[in-house]
Amino acid sequence: MSHAPMIEIKDIVKDYVNGDETTHVLKGVSFSIKKGEFVAIMGPSGSGKSTLMHIIGALDVSTSGSYTLDGQDVSSLEPDELARIRKQKIGFVFQAFHLLPRATVLRNVELPLIYSGIDREERARRAGEALIAAGLDESRHEHLSNQLSGGQMQRVAIARALVNDPAIILADEPTGNLDSKTGDLVLDTFQALHRQGRTVVLITHEPYVASHAERTLLVRDGLIVEDRLNTDKVTHGP
Amino acid sequence: MRTADLLEEIYLGISSNKVRSGLTMLGIVIGVASVIAMLSVGEGSKAQIESNIQSIGSNLLMVMPGMQRGIGSAVSSGRGSAQTLTREDADALQTADGVLAVAPDSSRRFQITAKGTNTNTQVVGTTPQYQTVRSISVDSGTFFSDPQVTSRSKVAVIGPTTRGDLFGEDVNPVGQQIRINGVIFTVIGMTVAKGGSGFSNQDDMVYIPITAMSAYLNGGDTVSTISIQAIDQESMASAQANVTEILLDRHNISDAASADFSVMNQSDIASAASSVTNTMTLLLAAIAGISLLVGGIGIMNMMLTNVTERTREIGLRQAIGAEKGEIVGQFLGEAILLTVFGGAIGILVGYSISFALSRFMSLSTQVAWSSVGMAFGVSAIIGLVFGYYPARRASRLNPIEALRYE
Repeated sequence: MSHAPMIEIKDIVKDYVNGDETTHVLKGVSFSIKKGEFVAIMGPSGSGKSTLMHIIGALDVSTSGSYTLDGQDVSSLEPDELARIRKQKIGFVFQAFHLLPRATVLRNVELPLIYSGIDREERARRAGEALIAAGLDESRHEHLSNQLSGGQMQRVAIARALVNDPAIILADEPTGNLDSKTGDLVLDTFQALHRQGRTVVLITHEPYVASHAERTLLVRDGLIVEDRLNTDKVTHGP
Repeated sequence: MRTADLLEEIYLGISSNKVRSGLTMLGIVIGVASVIAMLSVGEGSKAQIESNIQSIGSNLLMVMPGMQRGIGSAVSSGRGSAQTLTREDADALQTADGVLAVAPDSSRRFQITAKGTNTNTQVVGTTPQYQTVRSISVDSGTFFSDPQVTSRSKVAVIGPTTRGDLFGEDVNPVGQQIRINGVIFTVIGMTVAKGGSGFSNQDDMVYIPITAMSAYLNGGDTVSTISIQAIDQESMASAQANVTEILLDRHNISDAASADFSVMNQSDIASAASSVTNTMTLLLAAIAGISLLVGGIGIMNMMLTNVTERTREIGLRQAIGAEKGEIVGQFLGEAILLTVFGGAIGILVGYSISFALSRFMSLSTQVAWSSVGMAFGVSAIIGLVFGYYPARRASRLNPIEALRYE
């Protein structure tokens, strides 16, 4: 089963229409990502990498082309169907963390499970495990999330992304709001998750951040211009 | 998402900004409290007027003189101003079918004096049957008798309020002398307090024989009212018809429409009085309703601000898989919880206000359960109506823009 692609993207085009003017943001992007891969999607701002991230993350749909995630066609779903895909298959990690400020760490991590209808005890158990997997020990689980440092907040966000056992973890500039030292610790966490067999997609504009992945897709002007393996990082052969 | 979890999210949403939630709730609290308090004043005065009307007797018909019209003239003087009813009319009604007792009275206000004190009150010249018809009981002494009426005795039965004004509380007035318009009368009894107040105080009265009234005070043989007690509730209508017929006949009037008297029954009086209080209650309720509406708009205002402030949170919830219905449920739920909770507090506050009004301002108030239910229901509906628009707006946010919102 490890040979079936987790993400399969074919000829994705995304146009934005603003009045009479049409902007072609993605001009026919194709690639696939296998289960267990750690892939960085890198590109300068305006390259279309954020739009690509939104499509991979089922936050948006493409104008044309096909997108299959974990065997399911996601190309043309309605908003509520997209919401269910995000709930079941995608764990997001954002640059700005997006934690609920007046809720405890544990509650923040439980949130995706609440929307999945998991009962209370199961929720607390799985959220606790996810926090430990993300490197946050139990002493901090009852803290309010706005009492934490940036690095700790991002670990909470990673735990939240993990807790539903998603098909992919999609991280959008996860180190953008962190200093380089805590940024490295967060990148180490992603590498650890990758070693546990998780599929991780990292969106970044920094080559240094991208170098932590085993494969880099370089996006420029709405096209994939380079697809290379960072041979020293490969732990699961393609 | 489970319902219990949704409720918990709603509770956490509200409790995470306590000051703002409290202020929003205040609008509803004030609205509901004023509806309850205002309606309680309206209901209370209605109940008081009804009990006043009940206290003047039971199964009561009252014959009042009608409008007086000069011969060949279309000019009418005020209703009740005619002097067309006489004691003979009253005597003639004694034998009418369905009539239990008849008491004519001739009433006027006079200045009354007793050793160094004086008061101005209603003096009712009547017959002993008045006691039965108007359900008056005597506390001390006796009511005057038929022989005393025949002999024009200068005796008086006074009400407890009048006793207080003339002799002071806790003084037995029996045997004391009072001067009514300068004529000396001996007090032979005092009535039991009926507790009426305001509109026709039944305790501030002086009763004297009707013959003494016409001989020494009023002059003439006319009466101001004939009070009639019907045998029972069922015979009220037939008694009213018989009385009307006899009087029309005695007054030689063929057309009932031009009668020079009017016969009212107790329920007519009650419904006339309650139509006044109903109008007042409606007016009060309308004022209170407006404040409830303002409270509802406050809810909408707060929820719209809330949606804007929590745009990023909404974006996150959408990103981790919240569907439209779940976002609507959360924000609508917050609005409804605020209004329902505010409504509950408002009921308590309104109840306390109405209690305080009756306790400290001697206004009679009565909290009707229907008004409590209505205020509560209306506030919940306000939450639903004014909460829906902001909730729908939240659910329609684009998750990408919501996540980026600064």
